Amino acid sequence: MTEMMSGGDMLIRALQDEGVEYVFGYPGGSALHIYDAIFRQQRVEHILVRHEQAATHMADGYARATGRPGVVLVTSGPGATNAITGIATAYMDSIPIVVISGQVPNDLIGTDAFQETDMVGVSRPVVKHSFLVKNAAEIPLVVKKAFYIATSGRPGPVVIDVPKDTTDPAITAPYEYPRSVSLRSYNPATRGHTGQIRRAVDALVRAKRPVIYTGGGLVQGEGSDQLTRLARRLDFPVTNTLMGLGGYPATDRQFLGMLGMHGTFEANNAMHAADLILAVGARFDDRVTNNPAKFCPQATVVHIDIDPASISKIIPAHIPIVGPVRAVLDEMETQVNSLLEKHPELPDRDALAKWWAQIEQWRDAHGLDHDLLAKGSAGDVILPQHAVQALYKATDGNAYVTSDVGQHQMFAAQYYKFDSPRRWINSGGLGTMGFGLPAAMGVQFAFPNATVACVTGEGSFMMNMQELSTCQQYALPIKIVNLNNAALGMVKQWQDMQYGGRHSHSTYREALPNFVKLVESFGHIGIKIERLADLEPAMKEAFSDKNRRRLVFLDVQVDPDEHVYPMAIRGGSMRDMFLAKGETT
Amino acid sequence: MRRIIAILLENEAGALSRIVGLFAQRNYNIESLTVAPTDDETLSRLTLTTRGDDSKIEQITKQLHKLIEVVKLVDLTEGDHVERELMLVKVRAEGATRDEVKRTVDIFRGQIVDVTNTTYTIQLTGPSDKLDAFIRAIGRTIVLEVARTGVSGMGRGDKILSL
Repeated sequence: MTEMMSGGDMLIRALQDEGVEYVFGYPGGSALHIYDAIFRQQRVEHILVRHEQAATHMADGYARATGRPGVVLVTSGPGATNAITGIATAYMDSIPIVVISGQVPNDLIGTDAFQETDMVGVSRPVVKHSFLVKNAAEIPLVVKKAFYIATSGRPGPVVIDVPKDTTDPAITAPYEYPRSVSLRSYNPATRGHTGQIRRAVDALVRAKRPVIYTGGGLVQGEGSDQLTRLARRLDFPVTNTLMGLGGYPATDRQFLGMLGMHGTFEANNAMHAADLILAVGARFDDRVTNNPAKFCPQATVVHIDIDPASISKIIPAHIPIVGPVRAVLDEMETQVNSLLEKHPELPDRDALAKWWAQIEQWRDAHGLDHDLLAKGSAGDVILPQHAVQALYKATDGNAYVTSDVGQHQMFAAQYYKFDSPRRWINSGGLGTMGFGLPAAMGVQFAFPNATVACVTGEGSFMMNMQELSTCQQYALPIKIVNLNNAALGMVKQWQDMQYGGRHSHSTYREALPNFVKLVESFGHIGIKIERLADLEPAMKEAFSDKNRRRLVFLDVQVDPDEHVYPMAIRGGSMRDMFLAKGETT
Repeated sequence: MRRIIAILLENEAGALSRIVGLFAQRNYNIESLTVAPTDDETLSRLTLTTRGDDSKIEQITKQLHKLIEVVKLVDLTEGDHVERELMLVKVRAEGATRDEVKRTVDIFRGQIVDVTNTTYTIQLTGPSDKLDAFIRAIGRTIVLEVARTGVSGMGRGDKILSL
């Protein structure tokens, strides 16, 4: 028996049939039929945001933390265009979200109607795919396809643009949700090529100076356990990209820290000197490679990725393997195990011992100091690194940590040691300021009892601080750690280093709000911290049982002159870095 | 190097804009583009010519493959192929030039498809460089208007681009 339904009801019913828990959205004229359908049901919970950009970041944060697609509902015109930044953010980091946008009725499309925007056109460069619904009857199939495309292969955002006439309650059509869908033009790989995997394994077990370099694809592709076992079996060092943190346990001896522009001395040096690089779900971003012409001159590159277009795009791969990282690593592990049984002399333990000795030397020389907090500071000044270390301590390293974009993001990436995937949530590809708070909200909705912290800076925070109101409405107990340096810190750092210290439009100290009063006006708790001695007690207070159900905002006044180091020297190789102010490799 | 890429794509609204958009957004160049439905009405065949070295063309074909509506594609210039383009040229044809133009059209195996006292409209098919050569032969000074379809092509022999 197929039920007759309006397009609006079908849309919401299809979301129910997809198992969607939350829709993050904001109503408006073109979406009102859909909102009425939401009102008349219980299974999908709608979260009313304060700005559509935040809705997309919430759905994105939800997706990053759970691995399940996030869903957004916005109206036409400004609702749709406000969602674009969040869609682009998800696109750059390959995050599965489905964005439903209202549209003016089909017969008004193209007439410059009120709140009309060509959403399919505007979003085209930043979506994996998009649909413009023509009539109510096709809604179930379009929704099924949208979720399938968003979540399979290399994930990404999908837009469904829904003209108002297709959700008209007066027009009904039979509803049946397809069990599965297949597209003749879209067949993502389900496993890697066995011959290529064999070639890769042969190269791996014979490597003398190997490095495993993993990215967001390992996290998204659920391959962390496989990778960790493989790395331990071979005793290979592992480095993660900014997007890949948590893909390998950060407290493990074999972990070298993050690589790239603000990567560790040991990770970047190991990459440069490596004779073999196993890249897993990483895309050789310019923030990793520095100058591609000088990239890892001696390395054989093995590259596993679900997206063939990511392979040999920037750095030619000697052994490319197209496939889902998890399946490929499973097969790789089996092959490695059987090869090592037959050849007990492999891998080359002497060479690896020498390699590890070299790496430890690098680590000792210029590795990050994870004990800064214990050492205190002159004049009780708080360094941003102190705040991240105090957060790590107060949360036992178990929090979900979201961040915005800038210095605080790099300090969080460097000093919060993530031992599990999906715990570190940041906008790596697009670098979207304003991402942190709404992303944390998406995570908190997904895991109401989890500890969720947002490490932000006052510049980023002010880009989406209106969501403090949403946090109050839904009682989200997020802990916000604001590294307040009264400046756009990363911009200012670049101006210090490259523009003779001319701080063009990167400071605004006199114009900043009283953040404590600000968050209090939204019904939350604010604590201002000015001395290092007060940092740990305040952290403890924020994460205490008493405040388990409260949003707490820690306004941490940090040293405004601190820079993020190491920092890659532009145009150089990976081992060319600034190590401190005025000190280079 | 000049490349001819033939693409089978779903015959759906918006599919063409995704291909054109991809080229714009990734800073690839389109020299010519032609598209029409095939014998199978659910499919369009699109042929485009572009320029780039091997790694750039590899990236272009990979990015095209990622578009959901692209069903299949082939770089025709990787192997032996036939390419044809159709051109309509309107020329000023008066006095002595009338005969001379007619002779040149015959040499190039073109046809005069419309005639007035002062103009000829000429139809010519062939590879793009033949059409270029024809324009040079009759001389640009008498050319009033040119309409070219862009290149269409197929692999030679048993090679087939179909489902």
